[in-house]
Amino acid sequence: MKTVIKQLTEAFGPSGYETEVTELIKTMVEEHVDEIRTDVLGNLIAVKKGAEDGKTIMFAAHTDEIGLVVTHIDDKGFLRFSNVGGVGIATLVGNRVRFANGTVGVIYQEKDPWKELTLDKLYIDIGAESKEEALEKVKVGEFGIFHREFEDLGNRLIAKAMDDRVGCAVLIEALKRVKNPKNTLCFVFTTQEEVGLRGARTAAYGIEPDLGIALDVTLTGDMPEARRMDVSLGKGAAIKVKDSSLIAHPRVKELLVNIAEEKQIPYQMEVLEFGGTDAGAIHLTKAGIPSGTISIPTRYIHSPSEMVDIRDVEACINLVAALADRDLGDI
Amino acid sequence: MEIKQVLRTLSEASGVSGYEHNLAATVQASCPWADEIKSDKLGNLIMLKKGTGAEPRPKVMLAGHMDEIGLIITKIEKEGFLRFSTIGGFDQRVLLAQEVVVHGKEPLIGVIGAKPPHIQAPGEQSKAVKMEDLFIDVGFDSEDEAAKAVRVGDLVTLKRDVVDLQGSFMAGKSFDDRAGVAAILECFKTLAGMSHTADVYGVATVQEEVGLRGAVTSAYGIVPDLGIAIDVGFGDSPGLPESDTIKLGKGPGIAIGPHVHPKVHERMIETAKEWNIGYSLDPSPHPGGTDTYAIQVARAGAATILLSIPLRYMHTPIETISYDDVKQTGRLMALFIAGLDHEFVEGLTCF
Amino acid sequence: MLLARLTEANGAPGQEGDVRDIIRAEVEPHVHEIKTDALGNLIAVKNPDAPGPRVMLAAHMDEVALMIVGIESNGFLKFRPIGGVDPRVLVAKSVLVGAKKVPGVIGSKPIHLQKPPERERAFTMQELLIDIGAKSKEEAEGLVKLGEIAYFTTKYEEFGNGKVKAKALDDRVGCALAIRLLQEEVSFPLIAAFTVQEEVGLRGAGVAAYQVKPDLAIVLEGTTASDVPGTDEHKHATTVGAGPCITVMDRVSIPHPPLVRELFSLAEEEGIKVQVRRNTAGGTDAGQIQLSEEGVKVATIAVPCRYIHSPASVMSKEDFEGAYKLVKSYLKRLQEREASK
Repeated sequence: MKTVIKQLTEAFGPSGYETEVTELIKTMVEEHVDEIRTDVLGNLIAVKKGAEDGKTIMFAAHTDEIGLVVTHIDDKGFLRFSNVGGVGIATLVGNRVRFANGTVGVIYQEKDPWKELTLDKLYIDIGAESKEEALEKVKVGEFGIFHREFEDLGNRLIAKAMDDRVGCAVLIEALKRVKNPKNTLCFVFTTQEEVGLRGARTAAYGIEPDLGIALDVTLTGDMPEARRMDVSLGKGAAIKVKDSSLIAHPRVKELLVNIAEEKQIPYQMEVLEFGGTDAGAIHLTKAGIPSGTISIPTRYIHSPSEMVDIRDVEACINLVAALADRDLGDI
Repeated sequence: MEIKQVLRTLSEASGVSGYEHNLAATVQASCPWADEIKSDKLGNLIMLKKGTGAEPRPKVMLAGHMDEIGLIITKIEKEGFLRFSTIGGFDQRVLLAQEVVVHGKEPLIGVIGAKPPHIQAPGEQSKAVKMEDLFIDVGFDSEDEAAKAVRVGDLVTLKRDVVDLQGSFMAGKSFDDRAGVAAILECFKTLAGMSHTADVYGVATVQEEVGLRGAVTSAYGIVPDLGIAIDVGFGDSPGLPESDTIKLGKGPGIAIGPHVHPKVHERMIETAKEWNIGYSLDPSPHPGGTDTYAIQVARAGAATILLSIPLRYMHTPIETISYDDVKQTGRLMALFIAGLDHEFVEGLTCF
Repeated sequence: MLLARLTEANGAPGQEGDVRDIIRAEVEPHVHEIKTDALGNLIAVKNPDAPGPRVMLAAHMDEVALMIVGIESNGFLKFRPIGGVDPRVLVAKSVLVGAKKVPGVIGSKPIHLQKPPERERAFTMQELLIDIGAKSKEEAEGLVKLGEIAYFTTKYEEFGNGKVKAKALDDRVGCALAIRLLQEEVSFPLIAAFTVQEEVGLRGAGVAAYQVKPDLAIVLEGTTASDVPGTDEHKHATTVGAGPCITVMDRVSIPHPPLVRELFSLAEEEGIKVQVRRNTAGGTDAGQIQLSEEGVKVATIAVPCRYIHSPASVMSKEDFEGAYKLVKSYLKRLQEREASK
């Protein structure tokens, strides 16, 4: 499990340019599913057929990560950039960036670091001594990601892009464990979530499932002086009640709670005041799709060092696997 | 039952965005004029009154939202007090000292408290109490006791009975937009005594306050040719410029702007004039905050208009309306619909 | 001159009629089908039932303008912008108001009566009123109705070194490009959607895409150029005269990467000067089209325009021609690909 998370989090996949990640996932799941395809937006859709009387469940985890895009290269070879997705400016100075071809650079600020940080006062130094040298490595309009390795701290793991490769890992592991499921399962590894839940929207339109479930990370409130939030690392899968994109369908929410209770899967209720997940896009598809979200509690989201607890990951896998095989009645 | 009474019942009932099922049951039970009633997967209540025109008949969708803004429990404190966040837009200054219902395992009565004035530092009273410093007191003495009855994620609604003011004015919570739902019922009741060509879909929508979500899916399902959203508009009140408000008791506001089809606007005004129904012209350069938008852009697009029932003190538990405006809005819609034929509706795509 | 007629026509969001009429007359001889929908999008189709990819060109007809929301007791008109307008560009401009095209001016407090510190502060929208010379509310009400639109009166003029000055270059440049491109001889379905209400939230484009069901869409736009004194080079976004812009990302879309790559290499092969749009703010109809149904491949090609959303914007004719050549070459390449099948 940890190896899968390491491989996934270290892959390159800023929003819109997720192919390396979807290709990697394809090699991991191919032999375990009945059908696999990609669509126009690059979503990877892996299908496991269920029983005749089962329903169709769409599980979504996004493959993209936040990053940046080069907007200018100056005469001395320094790069200017804009953000791709919700990048925390405070996490940038001194951090390293990697581009698709392996070029690495460091981000720094024009004047005094830490004072009045704005994106347009930051630059990337890729070690080029001139514009020409820089242009050999990077072009204006190219996308980059944070350059950071996976770390295993025991129960807790740190990596960039835990958001949402850990959700992908949950789905990959669950789809391996589930044999001959009751319901038809569409595991969708979505694109462009960080820039507006875009991949999930077109994927859900094509699949038109009976039930939509997003697997994504959520904030926790268990750090020093943290904003009030009753979700903690290590206390189990978080079952979402609401965020800015979704009010979980009451029946879906209760179903997840009941399964967790029955199977004795550790869980906690999640009320997220900001942010959204792919379920926000799925539930508004066509004439409406009952949807919910299973969240992996994560500290330091959108920083290059996001932390999860492997026990929570395990709880999420169990919850997904149990739901996959559940008789959904008339949800 | 008089529809005004239905509105009173709806106002005093609870239905935060996403949790409107009790309201849908009340609306359904109060609409004997529909030929078919169903709920869709997100909980929108769709009431169909069939027309008498030749098939395929034009489809008119009326949308008023049932949901109300509310609170949601985020944490249970050691002493048994409950912390909360909001669903929909609340002014934090309105919340202090309100009575609430916490929808736990059983409904619980609560009050919203904060630090009393006596122990506040001088000058503190000139500052609004912040949402994060407010809490709900449900009378429990410990976290354990509270946790048996309440869970993080449980919803909270304000508790307020409707107050009858002078004349037809009434005050209460959630007239935004249950007054719109009442106007749809008034329209159906009036249409029952008329002949109309078009099929009319009256929809009590869900989750408007969090992003027009019910209207998005119900419009997709219905595929209307013409959509009328009925919401509340800012009523005339002290401190608001005349050009930003519509007057209570003078009939609905009829919108004009990008969200309004010019021919529908023109016909609505003609109808009001012909039947002597009062209205205010309501220019909206920044439309987008109502179900109108969701209907307008669903699938291949629909001709839409917004009617606004004037309302004072929006998003507080003392929202004030004139019931006459609700009645007149319903009547105007009924007369507008009765005047529709195939030709007019087909003409809506000819520019 | 087509672009002159297009920019001098008026079309606020939801009231694009005059622009639509000009376009309809222009495209009619070159297409097989023309239709409008409930929002007023004009959809012109060449080869509706032919095999091959359904290629959509999209340009929006609407422009930012001012809506009359109140008439004061002294006959002055109160307005609010419809679409994004900086109030500072409005001071002391002339406008035409409503169906009767009543001339007016946007007045403000004279400098003589202002205290020096007042001049440091920008006028707010509330302080600016339109004066049509009416002496009373009644007189004004006889000329102008609430909800009517006031438009800038800027004339289209060519000046300097191949530059053009006009109002509403955003996005009449796109309309002009799409009109010309519809004249290309192709065998596959080529559809131009002239959309409505882009400036108030990309409202027309999604609805148009749902009807067109394209395989591929190219959005033609006029976009912000900030290559002016006082702006650091890395904040220019685009440069007037440096060729048409290709978007790699904006607020609402990341255009289809393989298509974007193809456009860049095509430009190089054909010797067309192009630039990357070096800013990720702002949105175009591509955002709605890309997410229509199961998804659509999109690209956005834009002509850089200075002073966008103001009474007078400026572009280079060379950039306009470059955009035309780039899309034309792309259509030609598609045609060759189809022919070799």
